[in-house]
Amino acid sequence: MSSLTSQVFIDRLIRENFKFFTGVPCSLLSGLISYLEEVEEAKYIPSVREDAAVGLCAGAYLSGSLPVLLMQNSGLGYCLNAFTSLNLIYRIPVLVIMSWRGQGGKDAPEHIIMGDINQKLLETAGMDYAILKPDNCDQVLATAMRKINEEKLPYTLLVEKGLFDERH
Amino acid sequence: MKGTEAFQELLPLLGDEPVIHANGYICRESFSLKDREANFYMIGSMGLASSIGLGVALCKPEQKVIVLDGDGNVLMAMGTLAMIAAEAPKNLVHVVIDNEVYESTGRQRSISNAVALEKVAKSSGYRQAMRVDNREEIKPAFEKLMNSEGPGFLLIKVDPCFDPKTGRVTHTPEEITERFMRSVTGS
Repeated sequence: MSSLTSQVFIDRLIRENFKFFTGVPCSLLSGLISYLEEVEEAKYIPSVREDAAVGLCAGAYLSGSLPVLLMQNSGLGYCLNAFTSLNLIYRIPVLVIMSWRGQGGKDAPEHIIMGDINQKLLETAGMDYAILKPDNCDQVLATAMRKINEEKLPYTLLVEKGLFDERH
Repeated sequence: MKGTEAFQELLPLLGDEPVIHANGYICRESFSLKDREANFYMIGSMGLASSIGLGVALCKPEQKVIVLDGDGNVLMAMGTLAMIAAEAPKNLVHVVIDNEVYESTGRQRSISNAVALEKVAKSSGYRQAMRVDNREEIKPAFEKLMNSEGPGFLLIKVDPCFDPKTGRVTHTPEEITERFMRSVTGS
């Protein structure tokens, strides 16, 4: 079991002043969402599509909040137009927590292709990311905060299977 | 009623409320008639005006927030109607200019002639949903929604009339972000 529990990570984000969370669930993120539904300091709004969650986060940022978008990598395709024609050109940042299904080709068939290309898609779109590990949380969050606060651009943290506790 | 007339009727009714504009015709018509600091002009990201507006409304609950949408945008993001209904922000008024076409791309038909969007909004759970077909109905309907608990939905049925020579929004996207945030957050 990783020392970076869902609770530790969400509490950490809240300390960085992220209080507005939305997204579409993934089992790899189930512990995070479950904890978000419990904490009073943060709000989690279920979105029906990942691109709607991008819009919701944009509205939150434009109103002075720091938003977090949780989603599976399968949602990346839906979001690419929103990222490229909204966030990147308007300089509207968002922290994206994206589960990495299909990593290494070991997953259900629907995840294999996206699992292989999600990093390339992010790179092609000019979206910086890091792979979140149990021992690099401080470091990647510092990079994320710089990207968000100074460059005003989105930053993605990829979450591998097994990083967080899952609730089934 | 022509689309332009709906804007001419609606825009003078605005105070300092943030107004999130859908892309295409909606942005260009509104911008060319009356530019405002509190206007967020969405030049791309079709379908997202409503979710952006929901985000603003949830984070600024004391402020009335208006989404100025089009039928094509609403049809693309009907799930967002459900999200708005579920979160039920009292301060959100969703106005849809429905010309039954994708006007800025050459008037290809949308399918809103066959789908009553105000009924979709109402059955999704908007507190109030109204439809108007005549110019003189706009003011009383809009004022009623602005003075009631939301979320409210106003469908304005119009005839296409967009002049393709109408200018595009001249502010850069970054400028749109900066001035909108200054207007909404005061900083």
